[in-house]
Amino acid sequence: MRRVALSALLAHWRRHPLQLATLLLGLALATALWSGVQAINAEARASYARAAGVLGQDRLESLVPARGLPHLDQDIFVSLRRAGWQVSPLLEGQWSRAGISVQIVGLDPFTAPRSALPGMILDETRITDFLAPPGLAYGAPETVAALTGVVGLPPLAAAEGMAPGLLFTDIGIAQSLLRAEGRLSRLLILPDQPRSRPELAAIAPGLERRAPIEQADSAQLTGSFHLNLTAFGLLSFAVGLFIVHSAIGLAFEQRRPMFRTLRALGLPLRDLVVVLAGEVVLLALVAGLVGIALGYLIAAALLPDVAATLRGLYGATVSGSLSLRPEWWLGGLGMALAGAAIAAGQSLWRLWRLPLLAPAQPTAWARASTRALARQGIAAGGLALVAVLAAVHGQGIAGGFILLGALLISAALALPGILALMLAGGARLARGALAQWFWADTRQQLPGLSLALMALLLALSANIGVGTMVASFRLTFTDWLDQRLPSELYVTARDQEEARRLRDWLAPRIDALLPIWKVEGTILGGPVEIYGVADHRTYPDNWPLILGEADTWQVLARGQGMIVNEQLWRRADLALGDTVPLPGGAVRALVGVYADYGNPKGQVILGLDDLTALYPDVDRRRYAIRTDPAAVPELKTALTEEFGLPSDSMIDQGRVKEISLMVFERTFLVTGALNVLTMAVAGFAMFTSLLTLSTMRLPQLAPVWALGLTRRRLARLELIRAMLLAGLTLLVAVPVGLILAWVLLAVINVAAFGWKLPMHLFPADWLWLGLLALAAAGLAAAWPAWRLARLAPSDLLKVFADER
Amino acid sequence: MLLNIENVEKSHVSGGSRVAVLRGVSLSLEAGETVALTGESGSGKSTCLHLCAGLDRPDAGRIVVVGCDLARADDATLAGLRRGTVGLIFQQFNLIPSLTVRANLAFQARLSGRDDPDWCGELAMRLGLEGLHDRYPEQLSGGQQQRVAIGRALAARPALILADEPTGNLDEATGDAVLDLMLELVAESGAGLLMVTHSPRLAGRLGRRVRLTGGRLA
Repeated sequence: MRRVALSALLAHWRRHPLQLATLLLGLALATALWSGVQAINAEARASYARAAGVLGQDRLESLVPARGLPHLDQDIFVSLRRAGWQVSPLLEGQWSRAGISVQIVGLDPFTAPRSALPGMILDETRITDFLAPPGLAYGAPETVAALTGVVGLPPLAAAEGMAPGLLFTDIGIAQSLLRAEGRLSRLLILPDQPRSRPELAAIAPGLERRAPIEQADSAQLTGSFHLNLTAFGLLSFAVGLFIVHSAIGLAFEQRRPMFRTLRALGLPLRDLVVVLAGEVVLLALVAGLVGIALGYLIAAALLPDVAATLRGLYGATVSGSLSLRPEWWLGGLGMALAGAAIAAGQSLWRLWRLPLLAPAQPTAWARASTRALARQGIAAGGLALVAVLAAVHGQGIAGGFILLGALLISAALALPGILALMLAGGARLARGALAQWFWADTRQQLPGLSLALMALLLALSANIGVGTMVASFRLTFTDWLDQRLPSELYVTARDQEEARRLRDWLAPRIDALLPIWKVEGTILGGPVEIYGVADHRTYPDNWPLILGEADTWQVLARGQGMIVNEQLWRRADLALGDTVPLPGGAVRALVGVYADYGNPKGQVILGLDDLTALYPDVDRRRYAIRTDPAAVPELKTALTEEFGLPSDSMIDQGRVKEISLMVFERTFLVTGALNVLTMAVAGFAMFTSLLTLSTMRLPQLAPVWALGLTRRRLARLELIRAMLLAGLTLLVAVPVGLILAWVLLAVINVAAFGWKLPMHLFPADWLWLGLLALAAAGLAAAWPAWRLARLAPSDLLKVFADER
Repeated sequence: MLLNIENVEKSHVSGGSRVAVLRGVSLSLEAGETVALTGESGSGKSTCLHLCAGLDRPDAGRIVVVGCDLARADDATLAGLRRGTVGLIFQQFNLIPSLTVRANLAFQARLSGRDDPDWCGELAMRLGLEGLHDRYPEQLSGGQQQRVAIGRALAARPALILADEPTGNLDEATGDAVLDLMLELVAESGAGLLMVTHSPRLAGRLGRRVRLTGGRLA
């Protein structure tokens, strides 16, 4: 019986192939955007896990210099081994030349944990190559492929299972590559240690233990970035669901006479509901599979940009190629099923409650009575209240996303009511008969179009919100870069001795030499970089302080205080005057806070003398040079001739800004792409709704045609109607988008990245978006309107013929 | 001559084959004349009416409405004819659901630029629609809706009224009342009336009666 019923129900789709295509495409698009984002996240997480697991760093403790110095002496390793400590040396560093950069990990194959080494390193036939110059470097196949032909690296060999973006090589080779002869980054403490070994302090007092988790923080740092991607994926999924909901709702309404007949012929209601639910599952599976395939393509297209963003912003390396992971494709299929269930739930519930003798004629599809609008308005009000509560009491990024979600859904639910009021206003102002009909008829079309318009509202609001956020960020960031990079040239010496010679040589030739010296360490439980600044007018003149007094820089120069970046200030909830313990035990009072956009880490600035007094072994190789900008090329040439400094050791101001802006643009490239895709889905939602309505509207249009309007004129009015509704939706979307932008700038950014940005308004962008929305609505309405203009009179006459 | 139909032929494609609906129909109607067009279901009555209204075009033959040759008229001319010269009344009323009774009544007259609020008010009174002005079609009974449809057709003072089974959707008593009113108003306006009906009883109340059988006038 159920098979017969299913066959009868499926026949509907054979008669309405366009409707079937709409439903499948809507669900497939929704699933594609969601699963595409999830594929990117899954790939990134797998890369982090591989990177964290490099040489067992995710489970082995390390010995590192106690005062946050970048390197430790190789002799310490020898001393520890002689004393019985089972440790293995590691040297890590970024090797770059001619714009190509790779993470080098130098290791000792004889002491490194064997289980964490690629098997090939221990291959007897290749171990000699690995150890003897020019050495051998192992990398993931894609890394090796990307570096093939690069001059300056040792010969490369591919090893499966390695984290992308890094090369393993012998520690001696690595020291040569990274110009760090005799130095190590840290020592891995192997699991099996002799019981009788001496205390660490007795052999290496300058070292301290570091827990594994502190080193593997890529996943932690990038968590908010992935959450942002997920939020966008979810938004796109929600927009896609509007299409599915309307397509399923229409199919149910159109089949109401059939449902009544089937029940009258003896099919129990329960069986009918089960059969229809089965039909929805079947469609969801088909659409889900198509969506996952599309999602794979989207993810593959976006992944290189995401990988570049993560590398630029967080220094996290993610594979640029995508693999099919069960967690995301099964998740995508699950989302397709869940989405179809949500979209069909209301229709199945209505069917469950439908009396057998209910009118068989399809009611006006999704007709919104005043009562329904009122109910929707109450729900919108409730959600707006949730948004306000989340804004006032919400905490962290989760609170921010609750605020965003409640705000967007509230606005979407309120939209039909707001549009109805606007259209009623338009009708009151209308004078001619045709104008009155146009406004009244447009209002009557609202229920059928409301889902598509809600999707459009979400897409437009997201566009305005994210666009405002990105543009505000860009404006602030470029201003900030101009202020923060006042020095004309930045140089890095190869070693401390060269740095000393550089200082002496440069002193008479330039206006000022500003050291960029730093140590790394832990403050208030988080990793930070501690810099020292010289007592020079460059800083008070150029560095924007968020908080601080007029004499902040003098206080720093006297070594009586410290300033921190906004991220650390917010994360540690510090106030001016608070005393903060520094690595090594010193304590300084907080005297200022500065903006530090784009940096995921906490940062502290001390006076230069204070820094060198607290950390005498600080790395002193980097400098900023103040000089006449016109003299920079000549100075670079002289530095090359005098010191043989490679070009990548001298970066001028313009190049630093260029790199920073490139990282910035890359960061928001993916956001922009998802924005465009969401708009496309919303446009498609509008198109499908208009197309569906166009066939249902004939009974409303035929009498007007019969009373003396040409089909072409009616078609023009249909086109104008769609554009009018899109325009009115944009009017609602602008304030919603601006609130969204405020939430992103003042709540989400603060929670996710630790910095708050000023909000700027860009009305020209709204105008452009408005034109885009009108064009999208016009395009969506074009085909239905064209069909109406070309409709044969006999088709319109059927409306009257069907009366009998 | 208000309406002149000469040797009109019309066929439809049905199930892949062409079916002749009208086979050389000729008919004329003078101003003030009322004619009932009767026939079995499928005999072509409604098709003939639609052709006269300029809603469709004949395959062959000629239809002239108040001097306008419909075969030569373009879409815009036909639309203008429907707005100003012809008043259409349908069996299913076909009121505009988004407009009130008042707006529906005046709709066609306003479209044709012949809006006369006094005349509309009188029509509303004569049709018994007072007090219903601000209601929407869905809030009216079938009889009330058909009276609005008749008022709409007459409000523009058309020269020719074409009615397609105007009482077919009403019970007998309501139908009779509506027809009485329609005939009375048509007689007062001096317009010609061509009314399609399959009811011999109703047809008998009009000035002349013609019968379509197998696509030809009997």
